[in-house]
Amino acid sequence: MNTSDSEEDACNERTALVQSESPSLPSYTRQTDPQHGTTEPKRRRHANSDTEAGHAARGGVAAPRERDSGPVPDGEDEELTVKYGAKHVIMLFVPVTLCMVVVVATIKSVSFYTEKNGQQLIYTPFTEDTNSVGQRLLNSVLNTIIMISVIVVMTIFLVVLYKYRCYKFIHGWLILSSLMLLFWFSYMYLGEVFKTYNVAMDYPTVAMIIWNFGAVGMICIHWKGPLQLQQAYLIVISALMALVFIKYLPEWSAWVILGAISVYDLIAVLCPKGPLRMLVETAQERNEPIFPALIYSSTMIWMVGMANPSQASDSADRSADEEVRHSEDVILEREEAEPEVQMHRGQNRSYSAEEELEEDRGVKLGLGDFIFYSVLVGKAAATGGDWNTTLACFVAILIGLCLTLLLLAIFKKALPALPISITFGLVFYFSTDNLVRPFMDNLAAHQYYI
Amino acid sequence: MTAAVFFGCAFIAFGPAFSLFIFTIARDPLRVIILIAGAFFWLLSLLLSSLVWFIAMKASNAEDTKVQTGLLIFGVFFSVLLQEVFRFAYYRLLRKANEGLAAISDEETSPISVQQMAYVAGLGFGIISGAFSMINILSDTLGPGTVGIFGDSQYYFITSALMTLAITLLQIFWGVVFFDGCEKSRWWVIAVVVCLHLLVSGLSLLNPLYEGSLPPVYAITVLMAVWAFFASGGSLHNLSLLFTRKILFVLQLICFVKM
Repeated sequence: MNTSDSEEDACNERTALVQSESPSLPSYTRQTDPQHGTTEPKRRRHANSDTEAGHAARGGVAAPRERDSGPVPDGEDEELTVKYGAKHVIMLFVPVTLCMVVVVATIKSVSFYTEKNGQQLIYTPFTEDTNSVGQRLLNSVLNTIIMISVIVVMTIFLVVLYKYRCYKFIHGWLILSSLMLLFWFSYMYLGEVFKTYNVAMDYPTVAMIIWNFGAVGMICIHWKGPLQLQQAYLIVISALMALVFIKYLPEWSAWVILGAISVYDLIAVLCPKGPLRMLVETAQERNEPIFPALIYSSTMIWMVGMANPSQASDSADRSADEEVRHSEDVILEREEAEPEVQMHRGQNRSYSAEEELEEDRGVKLGLGDFIFYSVLVGKAAATGGDWNTTLACFVAILIGLCLTLLLLAIFKKALPALPISITFGLVFYFSTDNLVRPFMDNLAAHQYYI
Repeated sequence: MTAAVFFGCAFIAFGPAFSLFIFTIARDPLRVIILIAGAFFWLLSLLLSSLVWFIAMKASNAEDTKVQTGLLIFGVFFSVLLQEVFRFAYYRLLRKANEGLAAISDEETSPISVQQMAYVAGLGFGIISGAFSMINILSDTLGPGTVGIFGDSQYYFITSALMTLAITLLQIFWGVVFFDGCEKSRWWVIAVVVCLHLLVSGLSLLNPLYEGSLPPVYAITVLMAVWAFFASGGSLHNLSLLFTRKILFVLQLICFVKM
């Protein structure tokens, strides 16, 4: 099957953690609790044509924010970091766990995603059906090289597009890829689930279900929607993407690709000339949040409007396009000041710095992270059928995420979220599968307990 | 095997641990992190002990069953020792983290006490060890098969579930007592915990003679529960207060309803 569109977009995605602003700039943000019912109507998640003032405000308050950064003491900020650190970790544990649960549940029940019928992606042309181990290894390494180079090329292309402000192109690309995910892949998924459980279904019903699912998804992700619904959709599309990878990547290639992409992530985010780092820096220069549409955001931040009409058109243009990135970027941000403007933006209230110090800043993780974590755990569940391996990989990935967030709190800058988790995950997968499994099987056979 | 067996064994083995998680851990993010990190440490200990066992197994004669069984028993005891070593290592890590948290927090005290961390760490160890013992067996109960068709015991599933429950609870209590012993530098406490763990694993070697393994293990569990209760600051006075308060509360409720 040629899933070129979604694959391209999958290949676009980078894994990088980005810091949006320096931590001592809490001033002009006020974050409301997303569960709070009354904030619902004021919630504005994405740029579109009628949020000009919002983005003007965003542009407008960037400067005063920076001015106010001076007086905020570091110690207080550090305390807030730790205070909210644990909460942020949990805010990411939950969606990552949910995504993994969906993938593992599907793998264990729907056999379609574990059947290999020889079809492969065009990005992994070398087959693994060879006679010798050496040949197989060579083929998987070659597949990995091709896949990673495609990803690198796509990333650089994306960075170039972003630098030269070709927002409409990016916008269109992302809409196309999320259309494909939300409609086609979910239709396939639904079809396979029905086949597995032998459910009789007619086309009109399916059409209605998929139409509703897809349309609401497009609206939630690219425009406005309740936060939790949007989070749910992001989790679902990450899971769908991960399932596609699990099905179509050959065995050994998948593991080598996972390793290689962690290394690539490390390089792309931390090296000064890395594409992701350049992306982040460009976005920071322009004072725009990076890809808010397809990064999983755990909270929403509110900012009371300081509308600056002169910048209206400029900001609207900028932000309208950047928000619809379907990024596989693993971008973990300390969301310092994502400007969301309340509906009553007529008020030009100025903001006091002290109020915001108590507020939670939320944290973001790129969808690429979700996808690759789920691929790892899904493959652990698919091969061998041993639940111990799956559990061990799950714990390893969560601990890796925890450590990454700890490092983020310490270093306060863009960090890749893949390397630590994937390393732990791979180590635990191979060691549990080869060492712990025979041990535990023997113990269970004799009913010995440790 | 039937769904009844699956649900029954699942609830026996994981019911208490799951409810403890929901009621005491789930709301506090710091505790969740400590729980998962505890599970991670247990996994590390299991990994290392499996590695040692695997090397020993490969180095020996695979055909000789006596040697293999002996190696397995060695593996069991070595794994227990390593678990306790990692529990100690986790204690040290948590102490350091606690100091860090206290230094950074508002009130100069850490948001979580050592006793709470001991309980959460113990629960982490318990949940993951229970999961690793039981999950594969549970997934087998969903598939076809006949229990004991080759002459093994009919009660395999239920005894596995009961043993898993005991081990989970024991890990919690050992965690509490162990950390308390480390805090107060009472090394005999640690030695006793290690010995009890070895004893419990040793008793499990008597399986499938379930009369020899399950009742003693549960007796040890009850004893450990009492010990952990007193080690974490409980006393008979507290207990009596609890009951009188409850009785008072119930009486008040009855009076209120009658009015």
